[in-house]
Amino acid sequence: MKKNVIEVKNLEKYFEVSGGFFSRKKATVKAVDDITFEIPFGESLGLVGQSGCGKTTTARALCLLDPKTGGEVSFYNNEKSEMESIDELEGEELKKFRRNIQMIFQDPYESLNPRWTIKDIILEPLNIHNIGDLDEREEAVAEILQTVGLTPPENYMPRYPHELSGGQRQRVSIARTLIMKPKFVVCDEPTSMLDVSIRISIMDLMLNLAKDLEVSYLYITHDLAVARYMCNRIAVMFNGKIVEIAETEELLNNPVHPYTKRLISSIPVPDPTYDRKVYDINFDELDSLIEKHGSDSPMIDIGNQHYVATHDVKGLI
Amino acid sequence: MSKDVLVVKDLNMHYETLSGDVSAVKNVSFTVKEGESFGLVGESGCGKTSVAMSLLQLQADNAKISSGSIKLDGIEMVGMSESELRKVRWDGISIVFQGAMNAWNPVVKVGEQIREAIREHYPNNTKIQNTEKIESLFKMVGLDSTIMDRFPHELSGGMKQRAVIALALSCDPKVVIADEPTTALDVVIQDQILKEIKKVQELLGLSLIYISHDIAVIAEMTDKMAVMYAGSIVEKGPTSEIFANPQHSYTKSLLASTPSVVGDKVKLNSLEGEPPSLIDQIEGCSFAPRCPNRNTTCHPELDMELVEVGPDHFVDICSASRN
Repeated sequence: MKKNVIEVKNLEKYFEVSGGFFSRKKATVKAVDDITFEIPFGESLGLVGQSGCGKTTTARALCLLDPKTGGEVSFYNNEKSEMESIDELEGEELKKFRRNIQMIFQDPYESLNPRWTIKDIILEPLNIHNIGDLDEREEAVAEILQTVGLTPPENYMPRYPHELSGGQRQRVSIARTLIMKPKFVVCDEPTSMLDVSIRISIMDLMLNLAKDLEVSYLYITHDLAVARYMCNRIAVMFNGKIVEIAETEELLNNPVHPYTKRLISSIPVPDPTYDRKVYDINFDELDSLIEKHGSDSPMIDIGNQHYVATHDVKGLI
Repeated sequence: MSKDVLVVKDLNMHYETLSGDVSAVKNVSFTVKEGESFGLVGESGCGKTSVAMSLLQLQADNAKISSGSIKLDGIEMVGMSESELRKVRWDGISIVFQGAMNAWNPVVKVGEQIREAIREHYPNNTKIQNTEKIESLFKMVGLDSTIMDRFPHELSGGMKQRAVIALALSCDPKVVIADEPTTALDVVIQDQILKEIKKVQELLGLSLIYISHDIAVIAEMTDKMAVMYAGSIVEKGPTSEIFANPQHSYTKSLLASTPSVVGDKVKLNSLEGEPPSLIDQIEGCSFAPRCPNRNTTCHPELDMELVEVGPDHFVDICSASRN
């Protein structure tokens, strides 16, 4: 049995919105509704879906950037060798947790402070968590810059973000994330702003680092082709819920949920001779599966660690 | 044999800036036939949009077309006066702009904005004729005719982009330029818009110039394509031929760095380095510093020039000499 780095159970994030200017009525937007998944050590999970389906909200709730409104998130505690709910963390414990869970943001142009040098940016987490003395910290910065391919590091340390290209900036973001030696990194579309030729080098860098440093990723993207390259498993999200989750190749070859099929068939293929498989939107396969397995649980296991949601999405797709 | 609608020959365009001239388009030549779709692909900053803007001559004030010719149906467009250009724009060539969000005036109803374009080019049409025209355009791109009386902020991104396509088609142009029409959209919506564009193009027999950084979209949308790098076309030819038999190192790199959801999972290759600054004069092969396939048979010192390597398949001389 593989150990999980993070387990998420029935995660909910509801937003209250007012019904109108004079209205006292409040409506609830269920941005993330009853999401359950786990990620084993060293593996990566892709979270794929249309914009507005709740991918980023899930990520922010996991990183404690926005408090969740329901459900449970537990994280593996190395010292105690057991899963620990993040709700109970306080003070020093919470700080330690934050060290282990980091986030890479989408836009490398906006997520780096323009008035800070690269050295300051990467040094900040070390200062906050008070790790090592000044010399050790600088050494760590030089080392991590080399790891992410910004060599020689002394050339990059005194520079400002605007002096770097998009790809180099995203490398700085990755360096800043990894200097804390986290076990789990949430990546929110880290390559969607980058050019095609640079994108792969960043993706390869992240894959290599995952292997060397044993980091697990939750990789958020709207592009299934990117998710396929990066992830062991893929979860497809639609309207705040996960509709299907399986091993990457299993999901791409045998999609069951109509939304997954639709998503797969809308990805352009870089081959002019290839005729894209167009799936019809019909619920027959899903309905018969639900009948066979019973619809008591929100997700049914159809073998091969392939799970599909049973909730009703007819009329939404 | 269908005839040539748009012939671009040795087009050069530069931006005059305080730090010097930026050559954004260098010796670009291509031909688009009637009913054909032509793809222009490359990284950001390679000059794709500059080519599109030069075709419509909508480029910024500091941009100058220094030489070359753009012939639409045999009529030279370079050097036309503003009033002559006004007649050609939309009537002859129209464009679907990149961001659907930014293409609309937020305080004018969508239908009125299209009506404005039609009125300019068909002053003798009655109001009812124009309304019918807009209704049929909306039907063509899959929009309800009630959308006419909506303001842009009331529409979703996909609906706005559909309406932009309707706007581009409003004066029955011969050539439509689609400049990354789906970049700001979701994959599912992107797919719908691409199908819509393809459908309309076949229905009306339009010539389409499709600009994108996404080589997968180009593969699906175009008959012929050109790959641009640092302001120049480095390879052009039939799309199927370029995908099956890429000749230029840059084309190969682009193909090798595009992930796909079908076929075997392959290791993708990245391209080291960055495109050159266009402010410097580049002697010889502009791709040479990043080229992964350089060897002794290379001639990077040769000025860029396209040579024919197959039927209608042209590639830059540096890569051609190596292969």
